[in-house]
Amino acid sequence: MEYILNLIKSNQEIIYIVILMIFLGIEVIGRVPSVLHTPLMSGANAIHGVVIIGAIIVMGEAKEIIAIVLGFLAVVLGTLNVVGGFVVTDRMLEMFKKKK
Amino acid sequence: MELNILTICYLIGSITFILGLKMLSNPATARKGNLIAAAGMAIAIAGTIFLYKGSDGEGLHNYAWIFGGLAIGTLVGFIAAKKVKMTAMPEMVSLFNGMGGACAGLISIIEFSRASADFGSGATMHGKLITIFLGVIIGSVSFAGSMIAWGKLNGKVKDFSFPGQQILNTLMLFVMVCIAGYLVFNVTPANSFLFYVILSGALVYGILFVLPIGGADMPVVISLLNSFTGVAAACGGFLYSNKVMLTGGILVGAAGTLLTILMCKAMNRSLLNVLIGSFGGNKAGGAAAEGAGGGSYKEISLSDSAMVMSYANRVIIVPGYGLAVAQAQHVCHELEKLLDEKGVEVIYAIHPVAGRMPGHMNVLLAEADVSYDKLIEMEDANDLFKTTDVVLILGANDVVNPAAKNDPSSPIFGMPILEVELAKTVIVNKRSMKPGYAGIENALFFQPKTSMLFGDAKGVLQQLVSEIKSL
Repeated sequence: MEYILNLIKSNQEIIYIVILMIFLGIEVIGRVPSVLHTPLMSGANAIHGVVIIGAIIVMGEAKEIIAIVLGFLAVVLGTLNVVGGFVVTDRMLEMFKKKK
Repeated sequence: MELNILTICYLIGSITFILGLKMLSNPATARKGNLIAAAGMAIAIAGTIFLYKGSDGEGLHNYAWIFGGLAIGTLVGFIAAKKVKMTAMPEMVSLFNGMGGACAGLISIIEFSRASADFGSGATMHGKLITIFLGVIIGSVSFAGSMIAWGKLNGKVKDFSFPGQQILNTLMLFVMVCIAGYLVFNVTPANSFLFYVILSGALVYGILFVLPIGGADMPVVISLLNSFTGVAAACGGFLYSNKVMLTGGILVGAAGTLLTILMCKAMNRSLLNVLIGSFGGNKAGGAAAEGAGGGSYKEISLSDSAMVMSYANRVIIVPGYGLAVAQAQHVCHELEKLLDEKGVEVIYAIHPVAGRMPGHMNVLLAEADVSYDKLIEMEDANDLFKTTDVVLILGANDVVNPAAKNDPSSPIFGMPILEVELAKTVIVNKRSMKPGYAGIENALFFQPKTSMLFGDAKGVLQQLVSEIKSL
């Protein structure tokens, strides 16, 4: 029990961030019209591409060849997620703009 | 100094993600929101490359590899995203989502093998191992699931389920969590191979999880896997105490989950029903087909269709995935303009889940320059059908199936539909009498006021246009 309480105390900053972000994430898209579901999903898809930062760190700290190869793969895949995600979303939204 | 600047970069990144999502949920600001989030991402990435310092105070190495990977990813991602057809958007999103999941999984694999050099013990190690395991499980499930969803959407993977699959899935998940829980406290170099058991288990689980779910429900599944990847990215944030990964990941995880639920609501179903229901399964299809009773349908010729439509007061077009596949949105717009010149009022009734994703049809028709005020949402359209002469259904099926209203045994029962049968005449364009994506028969096609116009949507519309011109 004390172990768990200590764990919470030593990570309280992170726990606060997580809880606030959960509420913020729900609040921020609460009123989205159904027309925008697809672009919103695609945009969110691009944002979780932020995992690329982890890939860059892992790649930059890698020493053994196997870690370098896997890290390189992670960087390529992460970049695909970020760049592809944002470009696809932009293409979808471009369609909406023309209407006016 | 450098680390302080990096902190600012990450702060900017987090703020732009929140702003971006906020703006993406409003049609007027959506495009700008996407660009703002992209700019924030670029700042965070550039900051990491040039300013990051590890716990030992050293900067990053392997710059050639990093830039090589970034260049390849950017080039391939950009070209793929630019070249993909509008109709194939959903599978593209699924593919990119899978890449993100794989990336998160790979990070966990590398971090585990680094940690396995010296496992140590204590709360820090436990916390680290928990996030590594969470990252590898969620990331792999998301990767494998997205690949299956991608395959299903482009027709390469068929629906597949076997008895007891749900039980097997639950059991697998339970075993994986147990192994992971055991390893957190008892990991040694001797049993670290169990990590790879978890990895392969998670990949298989991802496949089995998506395989029985019908193709029509893939958007919901992709949206769910999207939020999974968000959580997997957040695990990386724990691992490196990196705030931008943490905020971005959790934000997407939460927003993605809500979006998934909203999508289910648009189809008037619960998430659980989507995940367990194995929509489009044969059992349900068989029962519904019997309910519809088969019966005879009548065909209508092109010239007759052209005639009815030219002399109608109002024509409502109901576009579906068939129109999207045939790339017929441009001809469809041509037909609309032609009828408009003849004084026929033409509008489009858009079901919330027309096409393969909510909003998919709006995007397609917008591409063909159809004006925004001609697109009517379901509730308004249902009021108009009573006073409409002709409804032209182009490759839509389940969204106009009356079984959703009057057959409680149907798997789509309860889904709001376009009540086209209220109109005077219904013309249905389909390639054949084959059931739609949900795999169920449609009683509408056998009703006396319904006529079938078989053929590929694009070809049929082109012929209709020339018929109407020659009238």
